[in-house]
Amino acid sequence: MSSTVGAVPPTRAASPPPSAPLHRRRSYRLGRWDLKYSPYLYVTPFFVLFGVFGLFPVLYTVYVSLFDYELLSGTKEYAGLENYRLLMQDAQFWNAAYNTLGIFLLSTVPQLIVALMLANLLNRQMRARTLLRMGVVIPNITSVAAVGIIFALIFADRYGLINWLLGTVGFDPIAWRDNRFASWFAIAFMVDWRWTGYNALIYLGAMQAIPKDLYESASLDGASTWRQFWTITVPLIRPTILFTVIISTIGGFQIFTEPLMYGNGLVRGGVDHQFQTLAMYIYEKTFTGNSEYGYGAAMSWLLFMMIIIFALINFVLVRRSVKGDKK
Amino acid sequence: MPGAQLWQASPLTYLALILGGVLSIFPIIWSFIIASRDNSAVYEMPPTPGDQLFTNVDRMLANEDAAFLYGLVNSAVVSTVVTISVIFFSSLAGFAFAKLKFRGSNALLLIIILTMMVPTQLGVIPLYLMMVELGWTGTLQAVIVPFLVQGFGVFMMRQYAMSAISDELIEAARLDGCSTWRIYWNVVLPALRPAAAVLGLLTFMQTWNEFLWPFIVLTPDTPTVQYSLKILSSGLYQTDYVALFAGTALATLPLLIVFIIFGRQIIGGIMEGAVKS
Repeated sequence: MSSTVGAVPPTRAASPPPSAPLHRRRSYRLGRWDLKYSPYLYVTPFFVLFGVFGLFPVLYTVYVSLFDYELLSGTKEYAGLENYRLLMQDAQFWNAAYNTLGIFLLSTVPQLIVALMLANLLNRQMRARTLLRMGVVIPNITSVAAVGIIFALIFADRYGLINWLLGTVGFDPIAWRDNRFASWFAIAFMVDWRWTGYNALIYLGAMQAIPKDLYESASLDGASTWRQFWTITVPLIRPTILFTVIISTIGGFQIFTEPLMYGNGLVRGGVDHQFQTLAMYIYEKTFTGNSEYGYGAAMSWLLFMMIIIFALINFVLVRRSVKGDKK
Repeated sequence: MPGAQLWQASPLTYLALILGGVLSIFPIIWSFIIASRDNSAVYEMPPTPGDQLFTNVDRMLANEDAAFLYGLVNSAVVSTVVTISVIFFSSLAGFAFAKLKFRGSNALLLIIILTMMVPTQLGVIPLYLMMVELGWTGTLQAVIVPFLVQGFGVFMMRQYAMSAISDELIEAARLDGCSTWRIYWNVVLPALRPAAAVLGLLTFMQTWNEFLWPFIVLTPDTPTVQYSLKILSSGLYQTDYVALFAGTALATLPLLIVFIIFGRQIIGGIMEGAVKS
């Protein structure tokens, strides 16, 4: 087709070469076909690739979860809902769910609040603006594996940086791994460190779209900058806040690499599983030892359900609290 | 960037932001410091640099289990292929959604937006079984092919194409006898270059930092750089801490360089509302 096109001189179609009517008709028909159907060709690669490697595996997880895999014999046996029943009685599963929820709350809530404050600070007339923005987003370009390794040493029990700092100001060292809450805190800190600046930039993008005169009239009415922040800025960027909350929920519930690297690359999550997350437990059951694919798949599906439920809860909570602010 | 900047920043604002910046950069700088020390001085406080950086890098590279250099090369290959593919397919589909009329386009676009909500990680077990069936475990295509397209990319390109490319331009190209493909290749793609650069940078960083999936589907024979790090850190009890930190420094360095060169564009891209994953 492109050869036909190439043969047409680059003049306006209003003055077609009268010498080749047949040629023109064919190119016209091809043009119609091109207009009508080629858009489908352009979007097809996405749907095919995503369907095969994105959607299909997620749906197929349901099917896999109904089977009992035997690694040695290489067989699988239909087990119905047995995997789900066993999960309900699995103390380690509930422990992992508890840890995941705890780390999620400890990381997401401060992260988004600080990001909001940070964005508000960055949204001013200032020198070295780009440099400061680059500064807060630098953690995001590091690899999670590297961050896990670095923070494992910062929060090390015996010779860690934090415990050294605590020691110099006269506090006792904290058992950053053995104590459940302390280990959650350290892991949440890594997540916050990596994502706060990133979220701040997303908020900043939304804040810059707010019309200036809103603030001007509020100033005339005598509203303080703090009040303007809560009554103008926050309500107006609500869609963006909701977006970050949902994305953080999806990411936070799947947390895996930070606790893994924090525990020296072991999926156990501490001697007493005190910081083993659901994603780590799924990994332990599926890819180490017995390859219990069915069990792991059942867990994945429950995790998915939890994500949806929590995303909805968060959605409603944030919507209400941001809206409830009087305008 | 013009926008609503109302208040002049106070000294306190600067102080808070500089503090935030220091907190952001410190762990990275500190890891470079440790990478420069002698093994006996790992835990020494306060953090001052040593002079052993190159010795440590050498020893880290000599660790055959980790195959770090090989991991670097693999990561570069994987990230480059994925980035080019994402840019190509996203711009192609984004162009179709923004500028071409076809039945069902709205519904299809909605589906693409919804795919951004599907957490791929939850499909990891079947995906792994698929890779076993295909015989792809331990090969680079296992970490490339599943990531060749990205819903976010399509959406982003569509948004950009809507505002950056005028309908008149496309109409004019058509009257000149361009096929749709020619229009995409000669008119649309060049116009999409700024958005493609941002999408490319974000995709490259994301792919470079990908951890879980390579860790599942690859073997120590074909590591990516994150995989190499994991192997280095698992040998932690033989404690070559400084070599490990030389590894984290080296794995981060390429991205730091990219960031220093393209920082402005990356920030612009994030502010447009990039999706984190």
